[in-house]
Amino acid sequence: MTVIEARNVGLTFRTDDGPVHALKDVTLSIDKGEFVSFIGPSGCGKTTFLRAIAALEHPTEGSLTVNGSTPDAARKARAYGYVFQAAGLYPWRSIAGNVRLPLEIMGFPRAEQAARVARVLALVDLEGFGNKYPWQLSGGMQQRASIARALAFDADILLMDEPFGALDEIVRDRLNEELLALWARTGKTIGFVTHSIPEAVYLSTRIVVMSPRPGRITDVIESPLPRERPLEIRDTPEFIAIAHRVREGLRAGHGHEV
Amino acid sequence: MKHVLPVLTVLVAILALWYAGAVAMNGRWARDQAARAGVEIGLAEILRDTMQQERPVLPAPHQVAAEFGKTVFATKVTSKRSLVWHGWVTLSATAVGFALGSAAGILLAIGIVHSRAMDLSVMPWAIASQTVPILAIAPMVIVVLSSMGVTGLLPKAIISAWLSFFPVVVGMVKGLRAPDAMQLDQLRTWGASRAQTFWKLRLPASMPYLFASLKVSVAASLVGAIVGELPAGATAGLGARLLSGSYYGQTVMIWAALLAAAALAAALVGLIAGVERVVLRRMGMAR
Repeated sequence: MTVIEARNVGLTFRTDDGPVHALKDVTLSIDKGEFVSFIGPSGCGKTTFLRAIAALEHPTEGSLTVNGSTPDAARKARAYGYVFQAAGLYPWRSIAGNVRLPLEIMGFPRAEQAARVARVLALVDLEGFGNKYPWQLSGGMQQRASIARALAFDADILLMDEPFGALDEIVRDRLNEELLALWARTGKTIGFVTHSIPEAVYLSTRIVVMSPRPGRITDVIESPLPRERPLEIRDTPEFIAIAHRVREGLRAGHGHEV
Repeated sequence: MKHVLPVLTVLVAILALWYAGAVAMNGRWARDQAARAGVEIGLAEILRDTMQQERPVLPAPHQVAAEFGKTVFATKVTSKRSLVWHGWVTLSATAVGFALGSAAGILLAIGIVHSRAMDLSVMPWAIASQTVPILAIAPMVIVVLSSMGVTGLLPKAIISAWLSFFPVVVGMVKGLRAPDAMQLDQLRTWGASRAQTFWKLRLPASMPYLFASLKVSVAASLVGAIVGELPAGATAGLGARLLSGSYYGQTVMIWAALLAAAALAAALVGLIAGVERVVLRRMGMAR
């Protein structure tokens, strides 16, 4: 079942220096339960595309549907949770208070709020940290809390914009593993923006390679890797072959600029 | 404890400068008096005299301290000669003015942050209001209000509010705009209304800015209340005390009133700093 459907999507920003083509002719459909990574150099429109799905930007050409309706309608239907690069937790709220924030805004009943917070904190391995404040947690734990917050209202789609970009590699590896486990348990559809090739290959069922000026898709790679992926899979020939193809795609997209 | 020595050094240096200034500025009167009486006086007499003149150009610190002690501690607080009583009169106008000014400042900032039209139309007037000398505005406020039958505390409080709303507007506009684009986008993905964005994010995020501007604002409130007491020829309040001191050349009295005003301002700023510590700590935002 198709969850996200983009047909010839174009997005042009009007700036003082003339129009900037952030996206051009992007056609892609994402099925339920897929883990799709968007990879490319900065300016390739990967974040813009994710933001367009979340109705934070609006395409100027083509059509984009989420769950068969417009992105705006999908937002109202609480179709997706969005995880930003920074955890963005409120320092004046405890971890539980931060996770509860979207539930308060959406008007969930109080008793249900508490139950949901407890459930998603367990899901990201943060039981017992509900009463702590963000500054008492490490960067990795803060980002886990922000994932819990995005999951709290049971959206079927999880959109993640370089969520682990600011973390060191050891923490990033662990969170990647945990994210795969979370995905297996919940069956969410995940859109994931990254500029790390190993991260994209390790996580995704499909990798979308993008290139800049104008932002467009240059390659879509179906991953032959099984859904069950230990970290060691990164040393297998299959993994290295996909990583190589991604790198080739990135180089081709860059043309003679690199 | 290691800060005691530097702090004391500065204090001693200030007192030494003050005494030197008193000798230099009051010495002339001592020599003139001696010349008129036809007597020669030496350095020792000049020094002694400059420390205890009735109406010195610059009273010596111990004279100010003595006057301060006499009018604060040794006088009944209900007496019109008590600095505590005068301080209380000024303090009540300051408190009302501070409350009015901060409330107005917060409301204006909320309007400015939420409406582009208000941002463009209100901010220039707020800035203009502060460039007009308060000494020029104060008499007009007093006269206009008294012609409408409003006298006493309120006109002073309004002048006080006039000075105190501005730092709050500037600080709160900055504070309410402190959340970054990412935090605002995040709220949009949850479909938060403007009211929810305000109560859940903008207002709590602005608290450190609010307290910083309240500290500036409370000191400005006190200045406003004192200035408000001058043009009406008021008989009560620290401003009135300054005024009568200057009428009768009672420099010691003026300096004691100034000292009282400074102490009051320090106490008010300290009070707000205390509230700030408690509030920010309870919010988990203390540094």
